[in-house]
Amino acid sequence: MTESFDQWQFVIAAYALGGGATLALVVWSWLAMRRAEQRRDRSREG
Amino acid sequence: MHGFANPARFLRIARWATPLCLLLGVALAALSMGWGVFFGPADALQGDTVRIVYLHVPTAWLGMGGWSTIAIASFCEIVWRHPLAGMAARAAALPGAVFAAICLITGSIWGRPAWGTWWVWDGRLTSMLVLFFLYCGYMALDAAARGQGQGAGQGQSRMTALFGLVGAVNIPVIHYSVTWWNSLHQPPSITMGKSAMAAAFLWPLLVAVLGYSLIFGGVVLARMRTILADEQAEARLRRKAMRASSDAEGW
Repeated sequence: MTESFDQWQFVIAAYALGGGATLALVVWSWLAMRRAEQRRDRSREG
Repeated sequence: MHGFANPARFLRIARWATPLCLLLGVALAALSMGWGVFFGPADALQGDTVRIVYLHVPTAWLGMGGWSTIAIASFCEIVWRHPLAGMAARAAALPGAVFAAICLITGSIWGRPAWGTWWVWDGRLTSMLVLFFLYCGYMALDAAARGQGQGAGQGQSRMTALFGLVGAVNIPVIHYSVTWWNSLHQPPSITMGKSAMAAAFLWPLLVAVLGYSLIFGGVVLARMRTILADEQAEARLRRKAMRASSDAEGW
């Protein structure tokens, strides 16, 4: 008995998980940096 | 090199380098993946699943590159006491862990149609999983040490730096695992100056590696700026609180 795979399903799953995690990492790092620098600027003004 | 260990100089460079690395990195990674997935050929043996290589290989290299960054930065911090080196080590841990996790997940997805199994406990896969656990341990140790007030300023504690150095022993184990032990994983296709890959696969892969390296660099810079800004804000708030309490005592 042999299994048959639609290989594109594996390709799509890999890119959805890997690409999504990479984009999430980039956006989260950028937003965290902006928030931290705004907090520092506010502490300078106050 | 020592000249860049100045936080003010670092910030002057990082302000333009961070968005440049992130934007260029995301654009190159997207270009290479679009190229490889939609326009590249399928492999004669592996079929369409070979297209996962443009995501799997760059994240595997950067998963190892992240720990190499931690080890080199930890060495610089222990020897030269550069606070920016400690900050770089702390900043490299999260992207390194995320890339190691992506490498493990995409490898598993690739393995199911190629090998007929999601996972095998062979040298390459197991040593990569150990690397992911090392990242988790490093981040937990860093958080615990900072919670106890260790680690001066933005740097890491001595214990965390030593853990970063000792953990580097796993990097050559990962690299040579496919030659030391029998493995389902293929041996290295690209070595110094040599490639066993056809040009149709190699070029989009090299662009993907460049794109992901820029993303890694951009994320490390962004996280270093976050750590620096947090520490500066904390220091200012502490100074203000001390001034306020001394003023109150004076009254």
